[in-house]
Amino acid sequence: MNEFVETLLDLPWQTGEPKSSYDVVIIGAGGHGLATAYYLATRHGITNVCVLDSNFIGAGNSGRNTTIIRSNYGIPESVRFYQRSLEMYQTLEDETGCWIMHNQKGQIWMAHSVSTARTEQTRALMNQACGAKTDYIGPDEIKQLCPQIDLTGGGRYPVYGASYHHEGATARHDRVVWAYAQGALRAGVHVFQHTPVTGLLKDGDRVVGVQTPRGNIAAGTVISAVGGDVTTVANWAGVRLPIRTHALQAFVTNAYAQEFAPIVSSNDLVFYVSQTPRGQMLIGAEYDRFASYRQATSFSYLQACSKKSITMFPFLAKLRILRSWTGICDVSTDFSPIIGHTGVDGFMITTGWGTWGFKAIPAGGSQLAELVATGSATLIEPFGLQRFAHEAAMADPSSAGTR
Amino acid sequence: MLWVECPNCGSRPFEEYRYGNVFPTTPDTITDPDARNVDHAWMQDNVGGETLERWFHEAGCRRWFTARRNTRTDEFLPVDP
Repeated sequence: MNEFVETLLDLPWQTGEPKSSYDVVIIGAGGHGLATAYYLATRHGITNVCVLDSNFIGAGNSGRNTTIIRSNYGIPESVRFYQRSLEMYQTLEDETGCWIMHNQKGQIWMAHSVSTARTEQTRALMNQACGAKTDYIGPDEIKQLCPQIDLTGGGRYPVYGASYHHEGATARHDRVVWAYAQGALRAGVHVFQHTPVTGLLKDGDRVVGVQTPRGNIAAGTVISAVGGDVTTVANWAGVRLPIRTHALQAFVTNAYAQEFAPIVSSNDLVFYVSQTPRGQMLIGAEYDRFASYRQATSFSYLQACSKKSITMFPFLAKLRILRSWTGICDVSTDFSPIIGHTGVDGFMITTGWGTWGFKAIPAGGSQLAELVATGSATLIEPFGLQRFAHEAAMADPSSAGTR
Repeated sequence: MLWVECPNCGSRPFEEYRYGNVFPTTPDTITDPDARNVDHAWMQDNVGGETLERWFHEAGCRRWFTARRNTRTDEFLPVDP
């Protein structure tokens, strides 16, 4: 039996053309766009919502990530926000009735030097203080949790210790998108695929709708949930963003017959390894140093990342790279998301999801929906675009799986 | 593999270089000095298309130079078109 049957998918698409006007138009039918629509409809009764995408649902970065869910960040505001998201993921299957293949694995974040060991100890204490379950563990415990590890790190990267995030998990990325799409469509939200937004309709400084090849659509509020090309959309509205678009590459190997239970990351080497439900080893690393919109994989990346992961996990040398993919991440200059009002009436934004967008889908969507419906949302308050003008940047680069 | 033309060393593999970002630009439409500072410190043009940017030939001549690149194709173009 194939346990990955995708014919179980039942998306009750609306028929016909988009209406001429909606209360809320969301640009981008990825995880964040659809989750926002879903929570607007199911939590706040706002169902006159339309989600537009230039491609099919989840075709962008929602389909090009490494599906890791964790909340072990380095600043209190982030830990609280991602912890909410992690808890919402735990109950998402019950709520939507869709199997998203949520699997709680635990995440080991290794340190290979005294200074990074200190970083991980700090992380564990900070997480505990803000409600995330993280402990600092020693090499013996790491070996128990993950027998495949070479604790000497090839002699060059000895493992000093690690922060262990008990609730670290993975879920199937496209199933998450489908779950939200299904829930939103059932609640009466319109979702139009292959309908690119080509411009914004403005009345003075105010954004009042979007232009598409299927006609203009008026909107009370336009939300940009675009991944990658968000700067273009923001420029239409006259908003400057602290975003640079970088490519992030990841790859899977052929199936590894044994169980590899946890998610393992390395603070010094900057890579992470986990096992997919199919048994493949999923390996990813930091994003490319230079800005690019090109969704291409490079041989030098595969080489460098393989070398790093084989250093810690010698068994990987016997596996083969099966396929690779590249997402284009909108990385904010302070490595935290930008979500909420933009200073332009009628135009809101959820962006800056860089390499940390997938784990944030439930909390990002529900908080943005709350902000649209009620005018305030506590968890995303620190992450507004206005923070840069107020010298309140949320700098947290060491938690972003990058350096 | 991507090859980059260094003005001193000629065409060399891409991995030898380090990226130095684009030239910072703050639009003239922003007039308030504080707002200009914020823009200069944080905001990015993030152009999807041709950009003029700085590169450092780290594993070669170790000199900075200016390059024109299309960020949608990663194609390097002549600096003076």
